This record gives sequence, structure tokens and C-alpha cells, in this order.
Amino acid sequence: MSTKRVRRKQPLPSPGEWTFELIEAYHAEIDRVAREFGLDIYPNQVEMITSEQMMDAYSSVGMPVNYHHWSFGKSFLHTEKGYRRGQMGLAYEIVINSNPCIAYLMEENTMTMQALVIAHAAYGHNSFFKGNYLFRQWTSADAIIDYLLFARNFLTECEERHGEEEVELLLDSCHALMNVGVDRYKRPAKLSLTKELTRQRERAEYLQSQVNDLWRTLPAHQTKTQVMEERRFPSEPQENLLYFIEKNAPLLEPWQREVVRIVRKVSQYFFPQRQTQVMNEGWATFWHYTLLNTLYDEGLLTDSFMMEFLHSHTNVIYQPSYNEPWYRGINPYALGFAMWTDLRRICENPGDEDRRWFPDIAGSNWQETFDFAMRNFKDESFIAQFLSPKVMRDFRLFAILDDDKESKMQVSAIHDEAGYRRVREILSDNYNLGSREPNLQVWNVDLRGDRSLTLRHQAYKRRPLHGESEEVLKHVARLWGFAVKLEVTHEDGRIELLKETRQDRRRTEGS
Amino acid sequence: MVRIIDRRFDSRNKSAVNRQRFMRRFKGQIRKAVADAIAGRSIKDLDNGESVSIPARDLSEPQFHHGKGGVWENVFTGNDQFSSGDQIQRPPSGGGGGSGKGKASKDGEGEDDFVFNLSREEFLDVFFDDLALPNLVKTQLARISEYKTQRAGFTNDGTPANINVVRSLRGALGRRLALSSPYQGRLRELQRQLEELLETRPDDDPEVLQLKDEIGILRAKIEAIPFIDTFDLRYNNRIKIPKPTTQAVMFCIMDVSGSMDEEKKATAKRFFMLLYLFLIRTYEHIEVVFIRHHTIAKEVSEEDFFHSRESGGTVVSSALEMMRDILHQRYLNGAWNIYGAQASDGDNWENDSPHCRELLSDTILPFVQHFAYIEITPGEPQNLWREYEKLTGGHPNFALQHIEGLPDIYPVFRELFRKKLA
Repeated sequence: MSTKRVRRKQPLPSPGEWTFELIEAYHAEIDRVAREFGLDIYPNQVEMITSEQMMDAYSSVGMPVNYHHWSFGKSFLHTEKGYRRGQMGLAYEIVINSNPCIAYLMEENTMTMQALVIAHAAYGHNSFFKGNYLFRQWTSADAIIDYLLFARNFLTECEERHGEEEVELLLDSCHALMNVGVDRYKRPAKLSLTKELTRQRERAEYLQSQVNDLWRTLPAHQTKTQVMEERRFPSEPQENLLYFIEKNAPLLEPWQREVVRIVRKVSQYFFPQRQTQVMNEGWATFWHYTLLNTLYDEGLLTDSFMMEFLHSHTNVIYQPSYNEPWYRGINPYALGFAMWTDLRRICENPGDEDRRWFPDIAGSNWQETFDFAMRNFKDESFIAQFLSPKVMRDFRLFAILDDDKESKMQVSAIHDEAGYRRVREILSDNYNLGSREPNLQVWNVDLRGDRSLTLRHQAYKRRPLHGESEEVLKHVARLWGFAVKLEVTHEDGRIELLKETRQDRRRTEGS
Repeated sequence: MVRIIDRRFDSRNKSAVNRQRFMRRFKGQIRKAVADAIAGRSIKDLDNGESVSIPARDLSEPQFHHGKGGVWENVFTGNDQFSSGDQIQRPPSGGGGGSGKGKASKDGEGEDDFVFNLSREEFLDVFFDDLALPNLVKTQLARISEYKTQRAGFTNDGTPANINVVRSLRGALGRRLALSSPYQGRLRELQRQLEELLETRPDDDPEVLQLKDEIGILRAKIEAIPFIDTFDLRYNNRIKIPKPTTQAVMFCIMDVSGSMDEEKKATAKRFFMLLYLFLIRTYEHIEVVFIRHHTIAKEVSEEDFFHSRESGGTVVSSALEMMRDILHQRYLNGAWNIYGAQASDGDNWENDSPHCRELLSDTILPFVQHFAYIEITPGEPQNLWREYEKLTGGHPNFALQHIEGLPDIYPVFRELFRKKLA
């Protein structure tokens, strides 16, 4: 510890046990420092919960309200088992992208941990939610809690009317399509509870009439079809399967369309989180580290507080090497923290290498650069733009090419002058959802024939679909109500039929 | 400013609904796991909770994602030996170095079972789900030991704890209105007169003073009406209603003769343990009579029944005679649903078996709701089974089942006590 530091203030007490007064005191100091750094946040709401409630929150995808489904029960049992046996610690916090921003603190945490969590979640994540373009564009922080409330009530009502089982089967099918139920490029409409309620009926009626219209165009006689010009539907391939089904599945009842819509909205809400893991966690970690260190420098934190805090912090950003048994890929906290920290270094103390690589930002005002980076990037572009040679060296990153046609794998690039750009490119692509997840599209509906739906998988680097896809296809068929075909377009343009599911509507309704 | 909310005391068990849904959905698998578990348990912890495992593939939530194969290029950390262009042997599948991290983790959790714990209650619920004693008749409302309290309006007397404030005050208000109304009328009258007088006369006029006096007296009278009187008090009335219950008795007859080796005895005990658990759990008014026999029968306590180790030859009829006697002495007053369950290896003294059959058909079966015979033997049925088989045609309340070993216990048990649709 440095000896020259002038302790200006009396440090805040740091007992093991927290109290509400202490949390408020710590919060006030963290808040003051965060404002000095110019963090722009939603108002904070801190909620104290028990470990059991934390598991509850965990298993309903972190949301304070959600509809009921067995899969959440499964995930609860799973979490509970891990926790009871001590295999797994619970997350210290959960933070919800809402306005006000809700952060859950577990009662088991020590005072130090509570302060860490407040800095991390209520200032780090919170400011990221408020600033990042993906969150601004794709989620409605003001309305999400209301919307989930609406969703739960609606589903409960459906269960009363149509039976739990019926609703459960429908939800199963929708959940199977969650990953392909998001608009990747188009901005969704804003959520609002009152609007949802008043519009829901209108929408139901309107949609139903649209669907009927669609099928009314069916010519009565088969012979006429030859005369008619071949018409494709949808005219453009559609990437959002749930949306397509909600709007076009011929046999769904209005309430079923609404359920599809709810799952789609929830899935859309989480879409930005999946694309900003490294950035978001790194940002929050950087800020808890910076805020608490600033407080320590001001003399507000005791040494014992700092020791405990640093211990946790070090655990969070630990990155094992590829050949260690506990290697689980790249730790987003570690990479993110390292990148943000290095970005600050590049701004404040750039070397020759940094000036070469980052002419625009080397030596710039770090807070402005941070703000710009936080607002306008997602993992993929953030890495492509800001991953510096120094971080690559520190992590000793290397890339391996695994081609199943070759007998051996090849090291395609490592952390050296020749490989920096290549490694960065590959890592960035690893975080690109578009290449990480299979690209599936609604290709065609056989309007004049058996009404079958054709999905196409656009193969990328010859990566096949997982065998599970057959199961998913059954779910698509359940929603669509008629046969569903899955085709694959190979990169050489060949089209191959992978699987076809027959669907007898009457049978599924009985089951 | 921050808002700090203490949520630790509200809505515990939010996930309970989801947990129930999970249990309901995988009832089949859970029941199977429970049946397996019962075979492997000692008698003592039969009714503990259980950790249940379900094959993971049964409860997978499928998604579209990539499978193995194709071209993957991934970045790893901690390079210690590689340079660009190095060729590396593919590690055996599942290893850390090979495929993408997304794939590796998915492969990792592929075939593992999903394990979770059932509480004791949940365990027994699953266990005895859909089971019931056959032919239970609810005719007799004997032995009313349980009452249900129910609201029944209001009464004029009761304990202070039951005072109904709203009703009491409403009564008091009414009474005050009623009692004061003659005075009120007179009061209004006098006040009107007083006002008229005051327009023409000064304040200290004797007539004015007299009116004022009278008004004062009336006011005092009105004031004197008590705000609340014992007469006004109303009490919530709760009455006790007897709850109809059924009572039943189960005779457990176990063969402990020499031919029943340890394994068979363990099976029999386990069967009765299940039966006993089931009965005490499902029915409140149930008596269980334990009879164990070798050449002579003996009525014993629960403790002795399950744990005593005495042994000898075999005369099954001794037990049936004992059951008959107890039945006639204690339970034949029309108030009881009577059940019997007998477990034996079927290896009886040859001449005794026909006698058993007669005993059963003439003196026991006519009085019981149901009688089950369980033969515990690994091979061919023994002579007792052959005799008993003759009974099945004429007696719908008689059932016999064969148990070869521990794994059969649960299916046979379910078969015997499956809830039949009325």
C-alpha cells in the first residue's frame, strides 16, 4: 500500500454484516464518484432478497415476474441442486434492464460484496443499458415489467380457458423457436401495457381476418392453378420464424397468436444481452473496479474492505489457459475488463504500437472515448475495433482452424505481428450471432398445394444443423398445422431436403 | 436517490408453481425413478425424500443450433507452444482443444441425467398417487372425532374475542337513534320556539330562560343514552359440524415360517411397510391389525411385526383363524370397512391349504371389502396359491398377486390398490 496517500476522510465502516443505513451510505459515495465520472444511469432501485429468491429469479430468466412454465421449474431444481451441494455459488446480483433499474442484492453477501454489487450492477450495467444502442433500439426499459405482468395474466387466463396442458404445449413449441424468433435488423415497436391491453383484441380479430384472406385466395379448382402465375409466399425469405407464424399460421386461434407474440417479445428483449456479453460485463467490471478504487484513494474504504473486494474481483476476471481442465472458453468478464482497461491506457499513455493501431483514439480523452465505444458497439464490432495487440499478447490468444475434411487441425494465427489482425478477425466472428447460430429462414409456403411450410438453412462453412433440429421441426409443425420441410442450401448452391414432418392437425389436438 | 426495498419477506416460493408443473410434466419418469428407488431402500428410510434422476434427453428443450462438422475457427487463450501454421492432432472428442466452445459445452451435458431431490411429501405423493382402498363404503358415520367449525351468522352472547364490531356498533347506533327520537323531536320544537322568542324578546326574558332550561334537560337526557350497551353486542357465531369420516381396519398377515428365507421376509416386510405407509397417509381413521404366524399365529405390535425374528414351521390356517376371531370380536358391528392382506411364500403344510381356502371363503370373505394375497416366490406358484386360485371366480373382492423379488413390489402394489373408476 502506498505510504504517501493523504487520508482526507474517515473511512466508512466495513463490518461483515450489512445494514440498510450502511448500504445507503456506501451507495451515496459510489453515486457521487460515478457522477464525477459522468456515468448516465436510470434511477436505481435496490432490492434485498434471500438466496431462495435469488434462485427463483435465476430460473425465471432473471425477471421479477414471468409466466409459469415447467422449464423454469427445471432450471430452479438445477440451480438449487448446484447451490445446496456447494458446487456453484449464486451470482451475487441480478440486474434488470428496466427503468428504474432494479438490482437484486442477496442478504448473504457481506457489506463489501454489497458495495461491489452496487458499483457493478447499479452503475456499471445500468449505464450500459441506458447508453448502448442495441438496448436503446431493441428494448423498452420503461415497459418491460408491465409487459411481463400482462403476459403472465394473459397466460393464466388462457390456462383457465383452454387448460394448462394446451398452453404448455404451445409454450414448448414457442420456446423451441426463441432463437429464431427475433428481428435481427428491424426495430420492434415500443412496448406499453395499456396499449397492449387495448390493442390485443383488435389485433386478434384483425390477424384472424388477414389469415383467412390469405387462404381465400386459394383457387377452388386445381385446374386453374396452371393458368395462374406462380406466386411466392412470403415474397422475401423471413428470418423471424415466430413472427411469421404469429402472422400467418393458418390454424392458430387468436389467443394462440398472442402467446406466440409474447414469447417473441420476451426473446427479442434478451437479444441485445446475448450480443453484448463481453462489452457489458467488461464495462460493469471496469466500473466497479474504478469506482471502488477511487473511493479507496479518497480514504473512504478500509484496507480490509479492499482486500476482500480485490479477492472477489480477481476471481471474477480469472482466465484459465486452453490446456487447463477448467477452461470453459474465453471468460467474458476477463476479456471485457482487459479491453476496457487497455482502452483507457491507450487514451492516457499510448505507446508507438498504439498510435499505429489506434491513431484516432491514442491520446484522446478517455471518458469521451469510453462513452462513444459503449454507446455504438456490440461484442462483434467492439472486438473488431478495439482489441489491441497488448491484450492479445496478455491473453496469449491463438486461433485454430478445424476443418473436418483435413486430418489435422491447424494453428491459423497467434499473437504475433503477422497474426494480430487475423486473430482479432476470428475472435470477432466468434461473437457474431449470425455465424455462431445457424441461419434459418422461412422460404416458401405451398399456397396451392398442401400448404406445407419450407424452411431453409443457409449453410455456412459446411456447418451442419444439430440432430436436435428434427425435434424443433416437430414444434414448428405443431404451430404451423401442416407439413413442414427443412432444406439446406449448401455453399455451392445445391439444395437438399433434410427432413419433412407430416402434421395431422386432428391428432395433435387430441394429444 | 436510491430506493432500497426489502423483499426478503415477501413471496417466498415463487417457483413452487413452476416446480409443480415440472413434476406434473415428468410424472411418468419420476414415478419410474421412485419405483426403482423403493427396491433399493431399507425399510427405515422408505418414507424419506428421494433424489430422482431423469434422463436428460427426455426433458431437453430443443433449439436450432449447429452440430459437429464443417469448418470451425476458434480463438483460445494461453498459447504456450504454437506458432502459425502448426499442424495439431485432433484431440479425442470432448477435449478442450478441439471444436468450438459452444459445441464442447453442449456435448458435455448431452447424456447426463438430470438429478433433483424430492421432498418426503412429494415422494409419497408420487408414490401413492392414484391409489385407494377398494370398495370403501362411506355408510357409517361412526366415531365422530372430528368437527369442522363453520360460520353461522351472529348471536347475542359469546366470548369477547368473537365480538363483531361492525354489527355491534350498528346495533348501538340504531338503539341510540330509537331511544333519542322522542327527545329529538321535542328538542327541535323547543329550539324553533326559542328562535321565534328571541326575535321579539331579550336574552334574559324568563320565558326564554325557561325554554333554555328545558332544552338543557333534553340535551342531558339525550347525552345520557349510553353509547354502547351490553344489549347491542353481537358476536360472530361459529358452530361445530361433525365431519363424516369412514373407518377401516386392515389385517396384515405375514408368514414368518422357516421356508420364508431372509430375502422373502424382507420383501414381505417391505410390502407391508408400503401398505402401512399408504394407509396411515391416506386414511385418517384406520386401524391396522398385525398378525404374524408360523405354526401358530400371534397378534403383534407394529414394532414386532416388522422387526421380530422368530421363526418355525407353517400352518397358514392358524393366522386366518385368528383373523376370523378378531374380526368377529371387534369389528363386526357394521361400523367398519374391513380389509385383509396376506403375504406368504405359499409353502404351506399340504393338508392345511384346502382348510385355508374354506376358512377364507366361508368366514372371512363375506365380511371384508377386499382381501389380497401376495405370494412371494421366485418360481412356480406353491400349493396355497393353487387353492386360493379356486376362489377368484366366485369372489370379486379377492385378489391374488405374485411377487418374484423386490422390483415387483411396487407394480404389484399399484395393481392391487389402483383407484378404480366408480
